[in-house]
Amino acid sequence: MIDKDPGARRRPDRAALVIAAALAGMGVLIAWSTHSMGGAGSYSRIGPTAFPYAIAAVFLILAVWTVFAALRNDFPEREPQKFGPVIWIVGGLAAQMLLLNIVGFSIATGLLFAATARGFGRGPLWLTIPIGIVLSFAVWFVFSKGLQLTLPAGPLERLI
Amino acid sequence: MDTFALLAQGFLVALEPINLLYALIGVTLGTAVGVLPGIGPALTVALLLPVTYKLDPAGSLIMFAGIYYGGMYGGSTTSILLNTPGESASIVTALEGNKMARKGRGGPALATAAIGSFVAGLIATIGLALIAPWIVKFALSFGPAEYFALMVLAFMTVSAAFGDSSLRGLTALFIGLALGLIGIDLQTGQARLAFGIPDLLDGIEVTTLAVALFAIGETLSIAATPSSGDERIEPVKGSVWMSREDWSRSWKPWLRGTAIGFPIGAMPAGGAEIGTFLSYSVEKQLTKKPEEFGQGAIEGVAGPEAANNASAAGTLVPLLTLGLPTTATAAIMLAGFQQFGLQPGPLLFTSNPQLVWGLIASLLVANLMLVVLNLPLIGLWVRLLSIPRHWLYAGILVFATLGTIGANPSAVELGILLAFGLLGYLLRRFDYPIAPVVVGLILGPLAEQQLRRALAISQGDLTVLVHSPISIILLTLAAAAVIVPLVMRARGQGKILSQLAGDED
Repeated sequence: MIDKDPGARRRPDRAALVIAAALAGMGVLIAWSTHSMGGAGSYSRIGPTAFPYAIAAVFLILAVWTVFAALRNDFPEREPQKFGPVIWIVGGLAAQMLLLNIVGFSIATGLLFAATARGFGRGPLWLTIPIGIVLSFAVWFVFSKGLQLTLPAGPLERLI
Repeated sequence: MDTFALLAQGFLVALEPINLLYALIGVTLGTAVGVLPGIGPALTVALLLPVTYKLDPAGSLIMFAGIYYGGMYGGSTTSILLNTPGESASIVTALEGNKMARKGRGGPALATAAIGSFVAGLIATIGLALIAPWIVKFALSFGPAEYFALMVLAFMTVSAAFGDSSLRGLTALFIGLALGLIGIDLQTGQARLAFGIPDLLDGIEVTTLAVALFAIGETLSIAATPSSGDERIEPVKGSVWMSREDWSRSWKPWLRGTAIGFPIGAMPAGGAEIGTFLSYSVEKQLTKKPEEFGQGAIEGVAGPEAANNASAAGTLVPLLTLGLPTTATAAIMLAGFQQFGLQPGPLLFTSNPQLVWGLIASLLVANLMLVVLNLPLIGLWVRLLSIPRHWLYAGILVFATLGTIGANPSAVELGILLAFGLLGYLLRRFDYPIAPVVVGLILGPLAEQQLRRALAISQGDLTVLVHSPISIILLTLAAAAVIVPLVMRARGQGKILSQLAGDED
């Protein structure tokens, strides 16, 4: 996530160090969660805890390995990123997630559609939101009536 | 019963009118989705899996086979008409195919890709039918220890053997394995890594993970990258028919490509793309017109396309006979089987021969449908290519979330989808491969089950893992798959490996 100037290329890759820390964190989390499962695995040597512990150990090894890779700058060069679009799209997904069971599939998914289009630079929202809702409603109709998929209904869907 | 009698029975299943309809829907949807830029076969299959939820197992798998072949097919159209180097399976096709399209020879390029795919698909599917009973016979003697060794081999070849970095491949694999731990342990009923969230008790759905990593991760990654602006669709001018010269220059590459692609796909080693690269360099060596390579040589489209399709059929060999997925696409297909409680493997051939042979027969049917349907319809597919990016990706996300909502309409499930979407973006950003995550998720629990079964039989004695020559060979190969590339990279020969990289997308 760090965009550096080319001259700084020899410094340790800080983002990669963050990845290493995250991997180590994953290892600790898996080991801790497995440990607190408690009581199990006593009746056979390879119980439900053996695999998680092994994977946790490998995560710690991978974390150390990643530290070395970060120090040697082994990670490929990254392009600078625009974060505006990412926020729009993630926001659209979050809105759909939170609203899905309240306003129904069509409206929630229509918002996702419009937010994604906005992320790719297409607006205005007052136009794209209705387009998204109409499209999602068509999708809802085909999949819930035609293919019997259970998609949450809201005020719009209850009209039919 | 011999293979041909079984295959004939399979055709009886595949040629039932309703199944023909399913196959037709499958190939049409598969091509339509596969042709969209940025959507590879794995995502095509993952996106369309929900469409098959409500069908019976046979119909669903037949539609699925059509989607699989259709997706492969659509991908090659994209790479010829639109130079999309993001997609690894078709990098090689784009190399010459896009050049041909720029010279106004897009029609013959599409035709040789289509007919080559047909020839390769036909031969490779027959190869699958012939070879499968042998492997099944062999695999029936496998115990849990051998299966475990086989899966370890698959893990290592999928993650560490090819690509830029063993470290990143292995990290991706272990992320998948860790995700596979989540949920109720099958043998003891204990919840693992669920953190008290009820939705996690059933584990992570493979399709949710695949859709999140491929669709959402890709969308975020494309949206965040400043556009290069080099995305021109080449119009298809003139006839799509190949001239006599095109034919005579194409047929040998088709056959050679098939001969290269099928064995590579059939081995328990990931990366269907290796075959396309090999085929390309073989054609470059053998061609009578080396000056045309790089400028739009038809051999450079015919060979790799055939190799690509042959190895796609090849990956079905370990998938159907051993239950071993070696690509992300195969992993999702395995999930497709599992939704009906079916576990591919030698037992499925004996317990449900109608289903397996029906599937193999319908691959042949789908293959024929594709070549008949697609050449005349090429104009329609080209129009799909010109959908503007903002509508395209907005639509992709609608369908990506649709599948998850259809399977389980809960906010938590969508939250998981979003979290993995961000994970997919980060993996792409830091150049981690995606396929090992998906393969690890689905194969991890199976490997654990085999390991624990083996150790239960031996009463905890670890040496059971190296008791049979087969397991020793498989484990040695697995170790070699990790160590050899590390040594090669340390000696500065890593270029070869990253060229063979398979980010099966």
